Amino acid sequence: MSVRIVDTTLRDGSHSIAHRYTPAQVATCAAMLDEAGVWAIAVGHGDGLGAGSRQYGFAPHSDAELIGAAAAVAQRARLAVALLPGIGTKDDLRAAHEAGAGVVRVSTVTTEADIGIQHLQLARELGMDAHSHLNMASIASVEQTVEAGRIVVDAGSTALYLVDSAGAFLPDEVRARVSALREAFDPEIAIGIHEHNNLSLAVANSVVAIEAGAEIVDVTLAGMGAGAGNCQGEALIAVLARLGIETGIDLFKLQDAADDYVRKELMPGPIVVDRLTATLGYAGVPASFLLHTIRAGERFGVDPRQIILALGERQVVVGQEDMILDVASDLSRAG
Amino acid sequence: MAEKLRVAIIGSGNIGTDLLAKAGRSPLLEVVGMAGIDPDSAGLARAAAAGVVTSHEGLDDLLEKLDAVDLAYDATSAYAHAEHAEILARHGVIGVDLTPAALGPAVIPAVNLADHVDAPDVNLVTCGAQATVPIVAALAAVTEVPYAEIVSTISASSAGPGTRANIDEFTRSTARALENVGGAERGKAIMLLNPSDPPILMRNTVYADVPEADAEAIAAAVDRVVENVSGYVPGYRLTAPVDISDGVATVLLEVEGAGDFLPEYAGNLDIMTSAAVRVAELHAERRAAS
Repeated sequence: MSVRIVDTTLRDGSHSIAHRYTPAQVATCAAMLDEAGVWAIAVGHGDGLGAGSRQYGFAPHSDAELIGAAAAVAQRARLAVALLPGIGTKDDLRAAHEAGAGVVRVSTVTTEADIGIQHLQLARELGMDAHSHLNMASIASVEQTVEAGRIVVDAGSTALYLVDSAGAFLPDEVRARVSALREAFDPEIAIGIHEHNNLSLAVANSVVAIEAGAEIVDVTLAGMGAGAGNCQGEALIAVLARLGIETGIDLFKLQDAADDYVRKELMPGPIVVDRLTATLGYAGVPASFLLHTIRAGERFGVDPRQIILALGERQVVVGQEDMILDVASDLSRAG
Repeated sequence: MAEKLRVAIIGSGNIGTDLLAKAGRSPLLEVVGMAGIDPDSAGLARAAAAGVVTSHEGLDDLLEKLDAVDLAYDATSAYAHAEHAEILARHGVIGVDLTPAALGPAVIPAVNLADHVDAPDVNLVTCGAQATVPIVAALAAVTEVPYAEIVSTISASSAGPGTRANIDEFTRSTARALENVGGAERGKAIMLLNPSDPPILMRNTVYADVPEADAEAIAAAVDRVVENVSGYVPGYRLTAPVDISDGVATVLLEVEGAGDFLPEYAGNLDIMTSAAVRVAELHAERRAAS
């Protein structure tokens, strides 16, 4: 048995540095990942193609520049991009493809999968791997998840990822959804898993998903990523080696990339499960809200955990960072 | 009292049915016809019950049945609007387009209602544009706005198949309206769907670069325009005081619908039908004055 590893340090990891990667950093990191043997390297703004904005943060370099920097060094790995319909557009996807991206993960809230149909169709026309990130997966039922899968598979998607944007999944919830997806679709449709570590379950949940039939796993080096970070690649690969599951990855090279480069040169500080990131997982709020919430807490003089709990009550989803300001302003006036 | 403006509605879905209620209530308008394509449509049945002439064979057939029509709302699809606009032009009927077709000039009542009163066909852009362009235009009237960005979030249950299939077109045409009608040098639009239950009200956030900002002038301009829009969309309001920091004005808005036919949370649909009624009323007022 084998699984494909997608490293998303250069995409999801971007949330923890407010989307400020340089082409030189991308080139160095991508070369190390390529050498270690990952199947694909995800690159670009943390909120996907075209997401540079007041809402999510402007990036000093375009997605195309960053993809180009990775393309110049990647010998074996494919380059993957994220596209969130409503934020990025088909034009952004064309530009990313032109710059060297071969895989797109079209990412929608799980219950709203139909908004990505036109983007999946374009990806197929361009000859890209058309994959679907079903995000905020923890708010959708097993049935809704399978229904979302049907919509995107009918549109040409060849991989369905359960994306735990809030890092809120418990292991049994992951198992139930991956099993149901595996059973509902033909073997040529791959199931993927994308975890966040807010409840310290990212590696464990990824292993549970693999046991239930997932074949693609999103990871990051040193776990660098939104909230308490992603599934830590070096840890997962060691676990999979113990389980006898093939990934084609040189573990020591991956560890070196994490410890010699990412921890030293990219990470602004340790990415940990602390009172804020654990509250994100507990309240089911997207991990990408972390830095925005800290800033709003400081500006409005409010405990960021109160902001996170209020956002959880409002059932916000990926992309709704503007509600952080709304909630913080409310809380400060309620004083 | 002057004769009412005779209005027809093309499309018997949610939007068409809400227009039936809203336009029917206006003292200046009379709904005379509704066209659909489904003989069993609930919207057509409701119109017929209200004494409105209906057709399930399309616009041509409806116009045959009617003596005279002054203005027609198109609440079908962008694709169908091209054909409808031709038919309306042939019959000398003013078209008010609620689809994303964007054939005619963009009209946002609080900003440029009177500018395109002679156009044969006007386009109401998107719900996001109706909610946010007035704010950007108000800011642009008092200061330079090099960049305006908006985020519109609507409840998933209020997003119809047309919106879902055309989300790129939504963000593109909204961004264009921020520039062409709002007066920002550069515009960007983001659209999000929120599936929570109970459904959320429509939310809009405007981020505008205002490097030369005079905070008082900006707050006053925003207050004035919110009052203006809420004159025809009663559920349109700020949810927080205007925030200005680091040269960026942030304006947080919500839109609650009137609950005529569409549910109250669907402010995104209500702001379109309310704008549509306002456009027709202007024509009625002009005719009465002439």
